[in-house]
Formats: sequence, structure tokens, C-alpha cells
Amino acid sequence: MASNSNYEKFKSNGSLVQNVLEWVDARFPLTSLWKAHLSEYYAPKNFNFWYYFGSLALLVLVMQVVTGIFLAMNYKPDASLNAVGVPVAFASLNYITHDVSWGWLIRNMHSTGASAFFIVVYLHMFRGMLYGSYRKPRELIWIFGVLIFLCLMAEAFMGYLLPWGQMSLWGAQVIVNLFSAIPLVGDPLSIWIRGDFVVGDATLNRFFAFHVVAVPLVLIGLVAAHVLALHEVGSNNPDGIEIKKVVDEKGIPLDGIPFHPYYTVKDIVGVTVFLALFSFVVFFWPEGGGYFLEYNNFFQADPMKTPPHIAPVWYFTPFYSMLRAMVWNFFWLPAKFWGVVAMGGGVVILAFLPWLDRSPVRSIRYRGPIYKTLLAIFVFTFLVLGFLGTKVPGYYFFGYTPATNPDGSVIFNPLNYLLSGDLIAQVFTVYYFAFFITMPWWSRVDSYKTEPERVTWK
Amino acid sequence: MRNLKTLLAALLIAPALALASEGVHLDRAPDVSGDKAALQNGAKLFVNYCLSCHGASALRYNRLLDLGLTEQQVIDNLMFTTDRIGDQMTVALRPADAKKWFGVVPPDLSIIARARASADGSGADWLYTYLRSFYRDETRPTGWNNVIFPNVGMPHILFELQGEQVLKTEKSQHDGKEVEEHKLALTPNTGSLSAEEYDKQVADLVGFLVWMSDPEAGFRKQLGVGVLLFLAVLFVFAYALKKEFWKDVH
Ligand code: HEC
Ligand code: HEM
Repeated sequence: MASNSNYEKFKSNGSLVQNVLEWVDARFPLTSLWKAHLSEYYAPKNFNFWYYFGSLALLVLVMQVVTGIFLAMNYKPDASLNAVGVPVAFASLNYITHDVSWGWLIRNMHSTGASAFFIVVYLHMFRGMLYGSYRKPRELIWIFGVLIFLCLMAEAFMGYLLPWGQMSLWGAQVIVNLFSAIPLVGDPLSIWIRGDFVVGDATLNRFFAFHVVAVPLVLIGLVAAHVLALHEVGSNNPDGIEIKKVVDEKGIPLDGIPFHPYYTVKDIVGVTVFLALFSFVVFFWPEGGGYFLEYNNFFQADPMKTPPHIAPVWYFTPFYSMLRAMVWNFFWLPAKFWGVVAMGGGVVILAFLPWLDRSPVRSIRYRGPIYKTLLAIFVFTFLVLGFLGTKVPGYYFFGYTPATNPDGSVIFNPLNYLLSGDLIAQVFTVYYFAFFITMPWWSRVDSYKTEPERVTWK
Repeated sequence: MRNLKTLLAALLIAPALALASEGVHLDRAPDVSGDKAALQNGAKLFVNYCLSCHGASALRYNRLLDLGLTEQQVIDNLMFTTDRIGDQMTVALRPADAKKWFGVVPPDLSIIARARASADGSGADWLYTYLRSFYRDETRPTGWNNVIFPNVGMPHILFELQGEQVLKTEKSQHDGKEVEEHKLALTPNTGSLSAEEYDKQVADLVGFLVWMSDPEAGFRKQLGVGVLLFLAVLFVFAYALKKEFWKDVH
């Protein structure tokens, strides 16, 4: 980042506005910040579709904070029943949608924003894998990113408890119970997290505190670190080559253009398209077919009534599938423990990507067939894992049911295995981890094309 | 003891629901969302037949003005438990008493139409089917059961209107296997309305339940069209601006 001592300070031409600017600039690194991060931050000129999602993630972050503040003005984190037998927290959301002016809009924006955040961030992360953006010297940008992703998951998980519907309660119950699978400390740990033996009022209050204050603060801090790290080393691009290698006499990359105005005006185009899709959901399809707002969560939480099927929201389902795929007890530790390890490991392993990838080139454009094939399978398996996470255990694809003998025993049929959701989730979980663990080997032996000197337009 | 009972009930119902969620056939509810007269009729039915047990606490009586009613009409025809038009539509029934009488507290129906949506159909479809699927079952404490809500705690409230249905089991041979089919049959001359008239009343009532779960839905969609049009215009300008700035980037 530019230091605030050795650059030219703003000089006023005498007008009032400029005088104020000069006054501020003498006391605060305004010009320096503006230049370092916007008007003289040189970004590669060949950014494509995949490069919209960073700024869109920023937009959604701001939107979540702002709508969240307005929700918090009327939301009450209270699990007790009101005079007519509705939990106060649940009733306060109905109050927001039915009585508060524009409350329905704020609520729809916030709930849609949660799903939009994950869509945007998943695409943003996938861009990193397409173009090798995590490779040296951008390892820290990537690691901050993984930490952001973890925070985002915590934020979404705790936020989901707040409406105090059936899925809020039972989803949290299932997930917090997982911690009890950790040997020795498990039980006290899960009680400590809940503040009670079951998910109850104490849990609701602390999740509220975390959701509105603690996690957003960490998230914003991490995003700042993420962008600062990016601006320190400069952006990668779809060709995966360093634009800083070819510079003019002033040291400006020949393939770089100032972020402002070029990418600000370009990002506005992306923002409009995004807002149109987002508004479509907010105004016409707020439940997102039961994926953005689960229908069952419009039933008030009832600790006495276990729902027939507890499914997490779609953005957790790939990792939830990995959790459920673990059904064996290894080393005297219960399957549930390994499930937690798989779920957590599935996220954490991403952080090692910069060191697992040994390819001589970064971008998929110059990589060989092995990477392209394995990455395509990776995307496919990840989507299928996500799909299966929304289904009950014992699911079969295409409505298939194994045939049984009159005595109830299953008649052998290869389809019993080929179409079994449980089995496919196990195989795909193994693939997910194998993809990363064996990457140092296959990424090195894969063929590659020579990278160009200068960026290309494709 | 009570906990044990609930647990047992949950255990019994859970597999039924799990099976049920695998493609229950729901009848499609007619869409009456744009029909103010139908919604007013639905409101009247709701207040007369349901509000004695179920609250709609998210809704205030003055919200009914959105259905084209005047304040006086609401006060005269729809308000029995309160005289303040700004009050919530709640039940006089105390949750504890309800529990004693029905074994369960009749749930607040404010957003039931959103809660009952599923992969099988909209919440309206579920409600429309539910209110037309009660049948006589002397093994139940209330004397009633329901096809899509087995062992329901609610009696058939609209019995006078619809009349009495019984569940007939027909056995038939299909590909050499015995198939059981359950069919509802209406006992003639037990209700005051014909089947079509009854369906129309239920459609209006369900329309009201849907409206109540999201009273801003109509305005929301209108506004949505405006917002999308605005964004379309903004896109044209944003795109032109981008093109202009990027002219000199090669
Ligand atoms: C005599 C009291 C009573 C009246 C009047 C009554 N209900 Fe119910 N209702 C109940 C009870 C009790 C239940 C709970 C059933 C259960 O959980 O087993 C219930 C359940 C329901 C449910 C299912 C809620 C769920 O869990 O999904 C719906 C929908 C419903 N009632 C609609 C209505 C409508 C519409 C009316 C007016 C036509 C009405 N009820 C009138 C007692 C009543
Ligand atoms: C709140 C969430 C996030 C925000 C606001 C955010 C913001 C940004 C922004 C503004 C950029 C620059 C624009 C761009 O390249 O698209 C960027 C780049 C980047 N982000 Fe994120 N990000 C977030 C989450 C993540 C996550 C979860 C990861 C990965 C695990 C990640 C990895 C990266 C990488 C590797 C780059 C550099 C891309 C390149 O130079 O090619 N980010 N981020």
C-alpha cells in the first residue's frame, strides 16, 4: 500500500470543495488510498465473466449488513411462548412481514441475500480453481478467502436459528449434537455451545449475539484483509500470467488498466444483471422453491415434535452429504466423529490448494486433459453431493426402489447399488478428497501448453 | 407421561409423513387471489368456522380493509372477540384448555399456507385437499379422520356444509397382485351444499388463508415488475457507459 509520505498531496485550485479536500488530504491519506486502491490500481484488462463475483460478494455483504440492521430493530430473540402460544421470536418475524412498513421487503432481501451470498461465493471460489488464482504469490488471498467461507457458514448457520421455526430448531439440534461426537470433550462442549442441554432460549440469545455482532465483525475484517492482500500482489487473470512482468517506463503494466474508471463501470453492468436476478427472487419467488426459505420453517419450533425430514439449507448440503457418508466406526471412534471430520475437512482442505497444485501453469486455458477431466468430474460430484444432501437417507435416483422377496429380504440387482444415493454419496466423498490429496501427483504429470507473454482476449 | 404420548405419536406419524411426502396426490386449488369477493367470503368463513380454535395472530382486523371491506363492515360482520379494529385476530380459547380438549393446541394459522407448501404442491393445494378429505372414523376421539393428515386432532368443522364422507377400500387385481385403493365417498343428503358448491366455499377459504400468509404478495409482484423494468433501463445505460469507457482498451 502506498505510504502517506512520499506522494503528491492534493493541491486546491481555490474552490471551496477543493480547499476542503486539501485540508483533509493534509491530515488523512485520502488521495493515497484512492490512488492505491482505485484510480492507480492496475488490473489486468482481460477480466471475464468470472471476475464479477468478488465485487458482487462485497455488494451482498453490504446488503446483508444493512437489511440485518433493519431486521434487528423489530426482531426479538426470545423462545418463550406469547399469550397465544406462538414463540416470541417466530411472532416477531410475522410482525416484520405483516405489520412493519416494508418489513416484507427487508426480510425477503435478507433471506434471499443469504443464498445469493453463497451462490456468488461458490462461483468466486470456482474462478480461483479455473485460473489458479490461489497460486504463489496469492496464497494468503486464498487463505483469507477460506476463512471468510468458514465465517460465512457460521454466520448462515446461526442466522438460520433466529426465525425459530421447525427447521431452525431441529437443524441446530442436529448440528450442535455433532460436536458431542468428539472424544472426551464432546458432551461438555456441545452443552457449552448451547448453554443448555437442548437448543433453547439460551442458544437463541447467544446465536443472535454472534449473528449480528461477532461474526459480521470478523467477516468484515477478513474481507478487508482479503482485498488488501489482493492489492498488494495484484490480480491474477484468465490467462494466469503476471501482468507485472511486462511494464512501461513508468513501471505500469502494459496489460493493466486502472481499476477506476474501467472496472467500476464494468462492475456496474454486472451489478445491474445481478440485481435483476436477485429482484426476481425477492419479488416473485421468495421461497426459492423451498430451497432459499424451507417451507417447514414456516411452522413454529416445537421441541416435542421431530420433523420427519431434517435437511439443511442447500448451501450446506454438499458438506452435509460428506458428513452422512461416514458410516463406519474407525479406531474405536464412532462414525459420527468421522462425519464431523469429513465435513470440516472438506472445507479446510481447500486452504491447502496453493501447495497441492504443482502444475507449471496456472490457468485452465494452458492446462492438460487430466486437470480438465478431473475438475469437470469434481464439479459434477460436488453438485450431486449437494443434491443428495437435500434428500432423506435411503434415497434412490429416478424413483427406483429395490425389489424385495415376500419375506422382506432385498432381491439382488446391480441397480440397488448404482442408483443408491447413500452409496453414490460415499463414492463421491472419496472422490472429493482424492481430488485434492492426489493433486500433487497428477497436476505435475499433466501436459500443458506454454503460456503467452501477454494477456489474450478470449 | 404426556411427553411419552407425544413421542409415541411422533414416532407413529413420522413414517406416515415420510411416506406421505413421497408424492401424495393433492388436488389443485383454484386461484382466487385476484377475486376480492371470493377473498371476502373466505374471510367470513374463516371468522365463523375457524377463529374459535385457530388464531391468525399475524393479522390485524384492519388489514381486512385491503380486501375491499369498509371499517364498519369488518366491525359488524367479522369481529366477535374484540371491539378494537387494530387488534390481532387471536382466539379466546386458552392454549391450555385446547390441549385438554383436543390433545393438541390448534396451531396459529397466520402463515400455514406458506408452511404447507412442498414438492407435492403449493400450500393452497394442500389446504384445499385437506379441507375436503375428512371422513368418519369412529375409532378417533373426535369421530373424524383425514386422508392427508392421518389421525388429525381436528374434527370436521365444515361437516354441516359438506356432509359426511366415508373411506371405502376397494380391492382389485392388478398384474396378478392385489391392490388396495382408498376412496372417499360422500353419504348423500348429509350436507347443505352440493359437492361443487362446497368446493367453491373451500376454494374461497383457502384463498383467504393464502392471502393472509402474505398480505403484501399482490403489491410485491406489482412493485417487482416496476423494479425489473427500472433495472432493464439501467442496464442499457450501464452497458453504454461501459462501452464508451472501454473504447480505448485494446
Ligand atoms: C374445534 C376446534 C377447531 C376448529 C373450529 C378448527 N380447527 Fe383446525 N385444527 C384443530 C386442531 C386441534 C388441529 C391440530 C390437529 C393435529 O395437530 O392433530 C387443527 C389443525 C388444523 C390444520 C393443520 C395445521 C398443521 O399442523 O398443518 C389446518 C390447516 C386447520 N386446522 C385449518 C382449519 C380451518 C381452515 C378451520 C376453519 C374451517 C379450522 N381449522 C377449524 C382444531 C380446530
Ligand atoms: C465475503 C466474501 C468475499 C468477498 C467480499 C470477496 C471479495 C473479493 C474481491 C472484491 C476480489 C477482487 C475482485 C475479483 O477478483 O473478483 C477478490 C479476489 C479474490 N478472492 Fe475473494 N471475496 C470473498 C470470498 C472469497 C473466498 C471464500 C475465496 C476462496 C476460498 C476467495 C478467493 C479469492 C481469490 C483467490 C481472489 C483473487 C482472484 C484473482 O486475482 O484471480 N474470496 N475477492
